[in-house]
Amino acid sequence: MSSIATANSTVTPVEAFVAIEQNGATLLPLRKAGLARFSESDYPTLRDEDWRFTNVKPLSELPFRPTLSPVSQAILEEQLSDVIFGQLDADRLVFVDGHFSSALSQIADQPNGVTISNLANVEVELGSLSTGDDNPFVALNDAFFTDGAVIQIADGQRLAKPVHLLFVTTASEDGDAAHIRNWIFAGTNAQGTIIESHISLGQAASVTNVVTESRIGDGADIEHIKFQDQSNRAFHLASLYSKLGRDAQYGFHSIALGARLSRNNLRMRLAQPGIECVLNGLYMLRGQQLADHHMIVEHAAPHCDSHEYFNGILDDQSRGVFHGRILVQPGAQKTDAKQTNKNLLLSDDATANTKPQLEIYADDVKCTHGATIGAMDDDAIFYLQTRGIDTATARRMLLHGFAGEIVERIRHDAVREELDALVWNRLESEHKLD
Amino acid sequence: MRADTDTIDEFVASDYKYGFVTDIDSESLEPGLGEDAVRFISAKKNEPEWLLEWRLKAFRHWEKLECPTWPHVKYPPVNFQDISYYSAPKKKGDGPKSLDEVDPKLLETYEKLGVPLHERARLAGVAVDAVFDSESIGTTFKADLAKAGVIFCSISEAVQEHPELVKKYLGTVVPYTDNFYATLNSAVFSDGSFVYIPKGTRCPMELSTYFRINAANTGQFERTLIIAEESSHVSYLEGCTAPMRDENQLHAAVVELVALDNAEIKYSTVQNWYPGDEEGLGGIYNFVTKRGICKTNAKISWTQVETGSAITWKYPSVILRGDNSIGEFYSVALTNNMQQADTGTKMVHLGKNTRSTIISKGISAGRGQNSYRGLVQVGKKAANARNFSQCDSLLIGDRCGAHTFPYIEVKNTTANIEHEATTSKIGEDQIFYCNQRGLETQDAVNMIVNGFCKEVFRELPMEFAMEAQKLLDVSLEGSVG
Repeated sequence: MSSIATANSTVTPVEAFVAIEQNGATLLPLRKAGLARFSESDYPTLRDEDWRFTNVKPLSELPFRPTLSPVSQAILEEQLSDVIFGQLDADRLVFVDGHFSSALSQIADQPNGVTISNLANVEVELGSLSTGDDNPFVALNDAFFTDGAVIQIADGQRLAKPVHLLFVTTASEDGDAAHIRNWIFAGTNAQGTIIESHISLGQAASVTNVVTESRIGDGADIEHIKFQDQSNRAFHLASLYSKLGRDAQYGFHSIALGARLSRNNLRMRLAQPGIECVLNGLYMLRGQQLADHHMIVEHAAPHCDSHEYFNGILDDQSRGVFHGRILVQPGAQKTDAKQTNKNLLLSDDATANTKPQLEIYADDVKCTHGATIGAMDDDAIFYLQTRGIDTATARRMLLHGFAGEIVERIRHDAVREELDALVWNRLESEHKLD
Repeated sequence: MRADTDTIDEFVASDYKYGFVTDIDSESLEPGLGEDAVRFISAKKNEPEWLLEWRLKAFRHWEKLECPTWPHVKYPPVNFQDISYYSAPKKKGDGPKSLDEVDPKLLETYEKLGVPLHERARLAGVAVDAVFDSESIGTTFKADLAKAGVIFCSISEAVQEHPELVKKYLGTVVPYTDNFYATLNSAVFSDGSFVYIPKGTRCPMELSTYFRINAANTGQFERTLIIAEESSHVSYLEGCTAPMRDENQLHAAVVELVALDNAEIKYSTVQNWYPGDEEGLGGIYNFVTKRGICKTNAKISWTQVETGSAITWKYPSVILRGDNSIGEFYSVALTNNMQQADTGTKMVHLGKNTRSTIISKGISAGRGQNSYRGLVQVGKKAANARNFSQCDSLLIGDRCGAHTFPYIEVKNTTANIEHEATTSKIGEDQIFYCNQRGLETQDAVNMIVNGFCKEVFRELPMEFAMEAQKLLDVSLEGSVG
């Protein structure tokens, strides 16, 4: 816990910290509890089953300085105009190093019952979904989060435009940490598309620690796209806690391209019948990058469907980690759960670790999982070559198709098309294909 | 639906046929574990100094270890001081020179179990090593095997007569530091079988060991070592039973297989330790470490039918060190009543062109919990490694659980790894279809279960396949899903 000591020596204790917080008093118990839990637990090691393949040692050695005030460096609007989804017709909330920037954000007037705001201005039941998890990074977030987005859609309402949450890291010093807290609430039959993107403008080994809690009401239909493309020295930790209502439809797409180490914890609780939940992910890594998706989908009610699809393209010395657990509780009959993880290794130094797990306590269920790890198919490349396509293009086409299996599940047309083009360009610019 | 549930309840009422106790004088070591116990066992067996040293090293290491908690099973902590680490039928004089001198009561026991020990068993054509609690009581067909150059005896005997072989291979596949229970076994192992197949030899008959726990409050810690020299072949069978008792008994075995270049070892197990009663009282804790190592072009095949034990915790593994080596794992695990099983395999691909196949069938009934846990690891140098894994679970009734925990770690681009798993139940419509054709519901269930396990049973030697099939029928008696 040397790191927290450092943080404490530069930052006054949590009370002082809270004093400068806009929402101070009501959040104090949450922050205190988080700090207590964090000082009790230690950083996970490879001996912890949930962190077996993801070594957070380089991260725990960082000073972990919460950024208490926005970095003074002014961000030009132009600098953000060419980021992905920058031109998308959306309501946009921009956060710089965990602090809301109203100057950069654009939010149109919303119909009655729809709130799109930063956390500081709204009161919500933070922590109501995340409690009980012993993840130390969540505890850290509880204690130190600065701001985040709140999206609330009342019963029967829909978002007119997608909401784009843009999180920018400008950190210039190693160990600068931004703790972000988001809150999503969708009422009965509410609809909407939410895009969350994380990018870096600086090259420092910064830390982004995001916790998102989402309550999706009965019959609601929400699509959530998370795009993470931080600098390849950055550390990205994210936890999503979702509770879904009866007949709700929820699609979560995780596109992980950046960061030296990224970890996405997804905790889905299907406590009402008729839910359809899709978790869909793509990771394209190179260099020393590591991307870890760790999810637990809990079927606690009958007649729910959950589908997990994760594809990984691993180049250089990168490592892709997939941990999927489907937990079918007693009585959750007629569950239809499926998980697939496919990995393509482009280099002999790349590693794929996959743990697709099923834990089933009900007998009338359909549960399958599958995992594959392999190299590109030489026959397929040869086939394309015989049609006059050069090797590099052939490989790029195949990889693009492999990534496309994931991208095409995104229902929002503009987002899907922009991502598809981005994958195609990345394959050309960042992977040796010949 | 109604009738359906009724039959599930009936199912739970099946009998364990091998639950009798043999009333025989035995000498047991006082319960308790310490260096004294280790020295006692070693002295009892008249072991050379190096083996005692090895045991003591293991014991000292064990004291530093903590009992593993990662398996998906629940049981109260085992008090290692309450267990007697040595129990053997009392010997008359110097002990039997041949089977004729063995206490007839013991022979009767094996007769009851259906294990032929007498020479008339020649017809059965299987050489048997019978292990009773901590001691091997006799090995059949020794002379015939010796003609072929095959050594098949108890490991205590091997320590005396072939110390160079034991010293060379013991602990090379499962080192004494391997894991909690393997380390404990290294310290206190009592007996087990030893097999040595010379170069270029095809073992003329099936070898078999029958393990029987009889004494109360004892643990059985056997150690089996099989060495197949270059271009040799052996098929080995193992069976186990124990009396019905209310307390839990510990069985922590270690099996090491060494398959040198071009050798092939086929290892089959039918595990039918006492599973405890309907409420989960009693039964054997079966915590076993089994591992084999394959040199160039070698092949190791594990087949297991696990129907007994209160708790099974077992991962027969293959280290594919040599190029072109092959590892196979075929398993049927059945949990009924309160049984829990956490079983699977590890396939570690290190050599080039190595191949492995995993077929695992888990059947859960009653309140049984059945987990498959497997690791497929492909090292950086294991070019063209190929693995196919399939684990299917069958649930009978709605109070049981079936779980799958596969781990796949790949560090080579040319590897081709596939994993598939399905979970299903015996459908009412399937049963109805069979009923319609005049089959009793019970027979229908047996048929469906046997069909589900067919891929594994096919791998068993014929006699065992029959036995396994019957065993499954008995274990499932009265059950329908």
